[in-house]
Amino acid sequence: MNADPPPHVAVSGLTVTGNDGTPIVADLSFAIARGEVLALIGESGSGKTTAALALMGYARPGCRIASGGVRVGETEMLGLGRRALAEFRGQRVSYVAQSAAAAFNPAQRILAQVIEPALVHGTMTRRAAEEKARGLFRVLALPDPEGIGDRFPHQVSGGQLQRLMAAMALINGPALVILDEPSTALDVTTQIEVLRAFKHAVREQGTTALYVSHDLPVVAQLADRVVVLRGGRMQEEAGIARLLAAPEHPYTRSLLAAAAPAPQSPPAVAADAPPLLQVTDLTAGYGGVTAAGVPRVPVLHDLSFAIAKGSALGVIGESGCGKSTLALVVAGLLPLARGEIRLDGALLPARVQDRTPAQLRAVQIVFQMADVALNPASSVAASLSRPLRFYHDLRGAAARRRVAELLDMVRLSPGLAARFPDELSGGQKQRVNLARALAAEPALLLCDEVTSALDTVVGAAVLDLLAELRRELGIAIMFISHDLSTVRAICEQVMILYAGRRVELGGRAALRRRPMHPYTDLLLSSVPELRPGWLEGISFTHLAEAAGGLMPADAQLPCPFFRRCAVHIPGTCDVLLPPHRVLGKGSEILCQRTEAELLDMQQTASAPA
Amino acid sequence: MSAALELQPIARRRLSLPLLGLLSGILVLACLLLALLGPVLAPHPPGQIVSPTVFAAPSRVFPLGTDYLGRDMLSRLLVGARYTVGTALPAALLASLLGTGLGMLAAVRGGLTDAVISRAMDTLISFPSLIFSLVIVAALGSSLAVLVGTAAVIYMPGCYRIIRAVAVDIETKDFVRAARARGERTSDIMRHEILPNIVTPVVTDFGLRFMFIVLLVSNLSFLGLGLQPPLSDWGGLVRENLSGLSVGAPAVILPAVAIAVLTVSVTLLVDNLPGRKAAMRER
Ligand SMILES: Nc1ncnc2c1ncn2[C@@H]1O[C@H](COP(=O)(O)OP(=O)(O)OP(=O)(O)O)[C@@H](O)[C@H]1O
Ligand code: SF4
Ligand SMILES: [Mg+2]
Repeated sequence: MNADPPPHVAVSGLTVTGNDGTPIVADLSFAIARGEVLALIGESGSGKTTAALALMGYARPGCRIASGGVRVGETEMLGLGRRALAEFRGQRVSYVAQSAAAAFNPAQRILAQVIEPALVHGTMTRRAAEEKARGLFRVLALPDPEGIGDRFPHQVSGGQLQRLMAAMALINGPALVILDEPSTALDVTTQIEVLRAFKHAVREQGTTALYVSHDLPVVAQLADRVVVLRGGRMQEEAGIARLLAAPEHPYTRSLLAAAAPAPQSPPAVAADAPPLLQVTDLTAGYGGVTAAGVPRVPVLHDLSFAIAKGSALGVIGESGCGKSTLALVVAGLLPLARGEIRLDGALLPARVQDRTPAQLRAVQIVFQMADVALNPASSVAASLSRPLRFYHDLRGAAARRRVAELLDMVRLSPGLAARFPDELSGGQKQRVNLARALAAEPALLLCDEVTSALDTVVGAAVLDLLAELRRELGIAIMFISHDLSTVRAICEQVMILYAGRRVELGGRAALRRRPMHPYTDLLLSSVPELRPGWLEGISFTHLAEAAGGLMPADAQLPCPFFRRCAVHIPGTCDVLLPPHRVLGKGSEILCQRTEAELLDMQQTASAPA
Repeated sequence: MSAALELQPIARRRLSLPLLGLLSGILVLACLLLALLGPVLAPHPPGQIVSPTVFAAPSRVFPLGTDYLGRDMLSRLLVGARYTVGTALPAALLASLLGTGLGMLAAVRGGLTDAVISRAMDTLISFPSLIFSLVIVAALGSSLAVLVGTAAVIYMPGCYRIIRAVAVDIETKDFVRAARARGERTSDIMRHEILPNIVTPVVTDFGLRFMFIVLLVSNLSFLGLGLQPPLSDWGGLVRENLSGLSVGAPAVILPAVAIAVLTVSVTLLVDNLPGRKAAMRER
């Protein structure tokens, strides 16, 4: 192997330390060949992003690149001065961040922003840059490659924006592209097109890439080789096929195991237990209610479901389908337009102001974004004390004792009580958030994407905690998530929403056994599998369905899924309201197709080609 | 901007100027002390003609010279501080208190409450401040209470608008929703969830209002609508000694300088309050 040309990118003995000298990345060495995609995987806190940033010669405030070398092409990055580094970045090395929305200026047209790196570095004329950008839009399979650049960032979907950011990163034909969790924030259906576009573009342009992710199944689709990081140190380096087939390091094995969480044993729920929460024909939305009693911006349509005491209902659907809206309605923050909600058999008033203290206490909501769910001006102790005082009239020493208990319940050290939210990590904030809801001693917890922002380990700890709360306190949970494997693991009931309609409702089998509603089928088959080649094996019908996206106009159709559905019946599905069907596996769907038809079509679709 | 371009190898550091804050703090404190102790410190009775020369230059007996009637300028300035600060401070406090309270109320309640208060404030703000005060003073006469009240009413809407805007922004945050979901009362939401997060804008705004009110009160006095002689605040001192301008008498220049020093140092102090920079960084 000695005769080989030197690798395109070479990292040797890279060490990044914190201000106090503790290593965040320690003695990291790897190489990337030209045109190769190397994945850097590990959990949050493992130093992936720190290492990736160091490849651009950048250390976050409070960190320092202590030693080592990073060579890209002919250039030793770490020896460059500030000016030369700035010149190098964006031209020879570029970066695609997790949130494209944060990287685009909302007030400027997309094309101008995509070609900006080319103009800033003076690599080509405006005309040539625009031409190149349109070519990249085409390679990245963006709709309307000629015209999409004239739109503003808010006029494209999240998945499209992510691809547009990739175009920005590729505009200068960089020697190395660093992709930092670029698809983590996306829906599974959207993720497919983004991954395919990335893969195609990287192959087409012969780009060398470093792909940073915690998501093994995603990495399996894109990477040639994988470096596993933990605590800033390399644990294992291997080709993707070898790594999946025969992981050597125990840590790699545990990551593989975490990618497919085992179902939790459901706490014993009496079969005939009266429902704790009973929602009937609920219709709700924004912008007030018209004279006819429908919301001006309808979001949820005729939802009915129940949650038994101590059980967990998973609510799944694409971004914008109304999941958070449902939580707000149940919490009384958004009055419903039609239908009724019963708690323990008694009618629950629509507005929070009209609910009794006992009802208020019984229903607690844990918000999606931990960052804004805590008052930045209140310490943890103060945040937790409010509900204690409000619901239980606890103060002074008794309150302090209870705060410590609550922190312990969510596995946080009591020392954290004096901290303010900006002194907590994302996972810690989310657990304080949960503790605040638990302070009320609720009967029903509305959890909106509580684990989505957390990495697998902390996320798993929060899930374990929820399971324990159910077992020990008999708390019922409405678990809102777009992560199917989590829902599958913890919920014994599942409700799938599409454009605010309940397209399928059933037990665990709903997500396991075919036939299922065509949309459920789409969701399930969009979850990347832990094997290379899965992405290429996706059928055309599936791709067409996945690419559809949620369109507001669809909500007006009798079946909102009509435009995307691969098995739709023109003349029926678009004129008649779909009937409720009860399937053999016990779940109820909203579809024109019979069980036998669905079974037949879904079996042929999933049969290996 | 691509994310890559935004990353800077060295965090840009801004030179902080604690010195400026300290200095302006001392000046403001000095003005407050003068307001409090002025009459005690005054070497001569401020209303009494003590010198045969008008617009006298500074001397050992009259350190800052004399005014257009031959009264001691130092004494008049010292006592004037009391009226300037004594009207502007309560007026600014009142404006800030009302504006902040109503702004938070409008933000938290929204709907009709918000519409009604906002409309009322718009109406108030549409009167030119000087004309508004002329009308009020003409109707009610000029007393300390009327001056304070008028100035507060004139400057409350500006405070209201700023605080409402900031509070509306905070009101959409999930921690406020969480408090609502708990069933907390409006007053508790205002006090526990909103107020602690708007301290910085409230304080900054207070500094601004104070400065505006000092200028308004001085203007009114200058027009002869403020305090009536022989009482005189700094603005009034400028007016009564205006004829000395041609001879460059300290009697007209010093009170103007005093007004400038007070307003500028209040602004500087507010801009350099400790904690303000930290709060800005968090945004
Ligand atoms: N305050 C509002 N006014 C008007 N429309 C809104 C408002 N909030 C949300 N919507 C719209 O209601 C629909 C449902 O939003 P919701 O937040 O419930 O979606 P979601 O399923 O929780 O999505 P995500 O997975 O992204 O959190 C979306 O089309 C959204 O744009
Ligand atoms: S009703 Fe028709 S369009 Fe809708 S999901 Fe069923 S088959 Fe597809
Ligand atoms: Mg949501």
